[in-house]
Amino acid sequence: MNIDLHFVKEIISSVLILMGVFFMLVAAIGLLRLPDFYTRMSAITKGATLGMGLIVLGIGVYFNDPEMMFKILAILFFTIITSPVAAHAITRTAIHKKVTFWKKTNLEEFEEYLRENRLKEYAGQKKYPKEPHNSIKRADDTE
Amino acid sequence: MNIFENTLLIAFFVLGICLLLAAIRFAMGPSLLDRITAFDLIVANVIGIIVIYSKLTVDAELIDVALILSLFGFLGSISFTYYMLRR
Repeated sequence: MNIDLHFVKEIISSVLILMGVFFMLVAAIGLLRLPDFYTRMSAITKGATLGMGLIVLGIGVYFNDPEMMFKILAILFFTIITSPVAAHAITRTAIHKKVTFWKKTNLEEFEEYLRENRLKEYAGQKKYPKEPHNSIKRADDTE
Repeated sequence: MNIFENTLLIAFFVLGICLLLAAIRFAMGPSLLDRITAFDLIVANVIGIIVIYSKLTVDAELIDVALILSLFGFLGSISFTYYMLRR
């Protein structure tokens, strides 16, 4: 009994690539259809990272070369390290820039953070109110 | 052989559709941060496309391009985020 190892390798690789492409398509549809910036961010972060990782891993299984597999593991490592950091930074900037939430989002546990950073009290007014314009007064003082 | 080639062609097609959807969000995104997220998805898609293309034309050097791109996409989104936070 002999198994065609090349055929088995191709089957494993194509299953991995098709799963990755499926997750990538789900992420793209989520980016287009979800109602809110924050929900779109969650769809991108999870779906695109998983999809790209599966595609790259499938190609690495196909090439069957240690040097190639090392590079592919490096790509996976960098992506898994950097993607949550980038998502966290972008979402934090969005909260500080007061991007609006969806109306069905449950914000009860989040109120404390907003209160600590004074993001809610200042939501209506400007952060730096204008000083009274007093350049004419100074001109009077110099006389 | 035939199964794998067909899989790669289907993957190319679907990744192209993903790029189109991300480009639509990039064009109509309400805020600038939506555009940054769409840019993130575009970078991930392009990495997948480059890796598949390196199989189709048997050129192992293209993996290095994907390796560099996975770092530069992170740098781009992080620097844009800090620019928006400091502004």
